[in-house]
Amino acid sequence: MTEQKPLTIALSKGRILKETLPLLETAGIRLLEDPAASRKLVFDTSRDDVKIIIIRATDVPPYLQYGAADIGVAGKDVLMEHGAEGIYEPLDLEIARCKLMVAALKDAPPVTGRIRVATKFVNTARRYFASQGRQADVIKLYGAMELAPIVGLADRIVDIVDTGNTLRANGLEPTELIATISSRLVVNRASMKTRFREIQDIIDGVAAAVADKRGN
Amino acid sequence: MNREDSWLLPEGVEEILPEAAENIESLRRRLLDTYASWGYELVFPPLIEFLDSLLNGAGRDLETETFKITDQLSGRLMGVRADITPQVARIDAHALRRKGPVRLCYCSSALRTRSAMPGGTRIPYQAGVELFGHAGLESDREVVALMVETLAAAGVPAFTLDLGHVAVFRALVDAASLDNEQSDALRAAYLRKSRVEIDELVADFAVSDALAVALRQLPWLAGDAAVIERADETLAGVAPGVSEAVDELRQLAVFLASQYPSVQLHVDLGELRGYHYHTGCLFAAYLPGQSEPLAKGGRYDHIGEVFGRARPATGFSADLKLLAGQANALPVNGILAEGELGDARFSEAVATLRAQGERVLVMLPGMTNDATELRCDRRLVFRNGVWETDLIDS
Repeated sequence: MTEQKPLTIALSKGRILKETLPLLETAGIRLLEDPAASRKLVFDTSRDDVKIIIIRATDVPPYLQYGAADIGVAGKDVLMEHGAEGIYEPLDLEIARCKLMVAALKDAPPVTGRIRVATKFVNTARRYFASQGRQADVIKLYGAMELAPIVGLADRIVDIVDTGNTLRANGLEPTELIATISSRLVVNRASMKTRFREIQDIIDGVAAAVADKRGN
Repeated sequence: MNREDSWLLPEGVEEILPEAAENIESLRRRLLDTYASWGYELVFPPLIEFLDSLLNGAGRDLETETFKITDQLSGRLMGVRADITPQVARIDAHALRRKGPVRLCYCSSALRTRSAMPGGTRIPYQAGVELFGHAGLESDREVVALMVETLAAAGVPAFTLDLGHVAVFRALVDAASLDNEQSDALRAAYLRKSRVEIDELVADFAVSDALAVALRQLPWLAGDAAVIERADETLAGVAPGVSEAVDELRQLAVFLASQYPSVQLHVDLGELRGYHYHTGCLFAAYLPGQSEPLAKGGRYDHIGEVFGRARPATGFSADLKLLAGQANALPVNGILAEGELGDARFSEAVATLRAQGERVLVMLPGMTNDATELRCDRRLVFRNGVWETDLIDS
């Protein structure tokens, strides 16, 4: 192969960025400037052949699918919701762990017939209830899910649960576990096949960093 | 629909404008000439047919990809083909019924309810070849070579040729006695190369240690041709048929490396594209940054079974809309001719140039188009009693 474009790694702001950067650094990829102190979206790294872009978490799968990024870090929740066809997820980074759960008002009676569910994970929720043999009407909300059962908008919510404090504060409790979530290193399928060596080196480096952190 | 929107095309449906159209057409001609020179006979399968026959066998995965309409004559459901390979297989098994190998090629549009890749077309213009009636590696070699020639003819720059072999996974699944649900779940995890999920699934299977290791490792037996040696070690004696499949892969890789040394090879034993109908070697050409391959194919024996005649088969196809996107801009090489077609000498000059293969545009009264837009670099002028071409100053 002749001259190559730099490899592009897509990360998302917040917890994922904070916890991924040390892993990448152990693998030899260090950001040259602090993204928190910059309004830039594309960043150089200590390696000439690797760039990092910082985007919204839910945008990571489309960036990879369209080949705008080769590697990314995305939560399993985002991947499940998006479908992420044509994207490999070879490594569990074991960071940003949480649970995707169904929750209801404490002591809510069981729902017979169609169940109304408020969530931002509409595809995941629909798939989950279908797999349970239940017909669900899914209402897409962008935030404050906990409110939906309180005001009678929905019978259940499907949301990410970390400590469960927000649920409890609003008189809700988790009822069913849909999936345990953590962040995954994801790779565009064609990049994995066409730039195998470079990418496998990065995966191996990050995998070693993850194992180090786990302490074995 | 809003009147202002009435020009809008549906998602994934595009009109091909002159430059792209000429690139695609010129590529189509070159490819069909090449296929003909290799002995492949052209067929035109029908655009539409009864759904049952379209979705038989190989087409089973295409149910949700297929546009359906009710036939006003028979009341039966018809489908617009979402893929052409199953139709060509039927032509071989049912309409031709020849003895011995049959080589067929095609170039037609298909229609899909969803595009194969995000942002892609729903109307792929598929060119491909199928070789029926021969079960050995020799026919796979021929087909993969023709696929490489196809990419070369399209001027595709450095691409990676990905090789796989579904018989390995199939043999492991059989040896592990996995039920359909288990093997579907495992296959889905393989397609995502999700190590966590694969490890979790395999941990639940009641299989020998060696088989568990093989099932866990298969997706990571991926990389340059050296992977094949690693596969030999990891998979040695684990299930019947595995070493034969790995050996086929090795021979194919050796053949390609010697025949096309500039093509980068990638071997992936965990590749399970088209698992339901492929039975042997898989090959696909990838460019960096495009999640779907530019051209893909492989062996799919048994496909004719539903038409009463099981035949070994191998072939590949490529979407010319994608492939021609790799071509260069069209040359500016036409001639603008301003004259009266009633004028015999003018008409003769134009006809002569056209017969020589030139592109000649006769100017119409009041025509003020830019010569570059018309891709013309010369003008026909009448000088000293003869019509001659002059370069246009740009």
